[in-house]
Amino acid sequence: MGDEQEKKSRQVRKNWIIIIGFLLMAALLVGATFGENAVVAQKVNGSLPEQQLNIWTMQRWSPYVVGILIGMLSWVSFLLSDKPLGVSTAYARTAGMVEEYFKGPSVRERPYYKQYVPKIGWEWMLVAGLVVGAFTSAILSGEFRLEVVPALWNETFGHTPFKRLLVALIGGIFMGLGARWADGCTSGHGISGTLQLVVSSWIALFCFFIGGVIAAFIIY
Amino acid sequence: MLEKLHSRKWLQLVLGTLIGFCFGFLLQRGGVTRYDFIMGQLLLYDWTVAKIILSAIATGMIGVYYMRSKGLARLHIKAGSVGATVVGGLIFGIGFGILGYCPGTMAGAVGQGSLDALFGGVVGMLIGAGFYARIYPFLSETILKTGDFGELTIPGLLGRRDPWPVIGYVCLGIIVFFIVLEAAGL
Repeated sequence: MGDEQEKKSRQVRKNWIIIIGFLLMAALLVGATFGENAVVAQKVNGSLPEQQLNIWTMQRWSPYVVGILIGMLSWVSFLLSDKPLGVSTAYARTAGMVEEYFKGPSVRERPYYKQYVPKIGWEWMLVAGLVVGAFTSAILSGEFRLEVVPALWNETFGHTPFKRLLVALIGGIFMGLGARWADGCTSGHGISGTLQLVVSSWIALFCFFIGGVIAAFIIY
Repeated sequence: MLEKLHSRKWLQLVLGTLIGFCFGFLLQRGGVTRYDFIMGQLLLYDWTVAKIILSAIATGMIGVYYMRSKGLARLHIKAGSVGATVVGGLIFGIGFGILGYCPGTMAGAVGQGSLDALFGGVVGMLIGAGFYARIYPFLSETILKTGDFGELTIPGLLGRRDPWPVIGYVCLGIIVFFIVLEAAGL
């Protein structure tokens, strides 16, 4: 009897938390709509072009809306594919594929590639889709442009494409090494792991930002 | 669980592509495939990245744990250790700060035409990952084992079987953080 009651009260509490969660989400969406209203107000003042009012062609969505939609995308991913969203494994497999191309199948004997076999799978297609999705978004909003030197870099270090590529390459090497070392990146640990309340992922996310902030302040 | 669906290989590849498409679209539209936004976050004057990550965590957490309680989803918990998670995380972070993209946003940056991401970041990342595969046998016997804490979740750490109170507190913390950010005009 007491057991059942406890079970029941736990169920009630659970349902309440779900309801509160959804209410909070709704609140966030409302907040985002307020942001949009501001955009509309600016339109009335005539300072914004038509393009910024269409949801598909406007340049930016509110970060809260984007975050909520990414969270919902992770539901789809868990439900339909039984996979968390994660990106960096695909790079490791690609590294293996590139090495295999140059050195032959003996590369697969490496213990790491036995664990992460260098072939195209779900995560790899995820990254391929990601590139096309970003391309589509950029084309629709008219943001697509080929550039080597980002604006902020240009302001600080001038138009120095070679220097930018070299620094990006060095950063990429550290990131590729670190992502495998920590067994995940900003997606795999930072979003998918943390949303499952995984201890290692929360620690990893924290370390990503500590390292990132330190490096960024040294550079700028 | 939808095991049948999960075992259909080709369909899964299509699903992976579609989910990736949405992910890339959202990252680009959120602005975080731009170097300027990432660096703005790491230099602590633009909090777009944190807003996206934290609202994704709050939303994702509620849905995934709910589906789990209904037997529709299972968790994929990554084991960790001080040597792997902290050391690797800091190395990643340094690279993140030098490069100005993370692996996912870098793929998105390639899609929007950022050539520094393609010829610098992606190439570097492949070199880094390949280098890791080479030193992995040594690392796995030494530093990766240091301070191992295994496949641990926060409710597990607290000895709770019911994850919902933790979920509630984490969501609350995130909302409070957002309110503080907005109040500070960030």
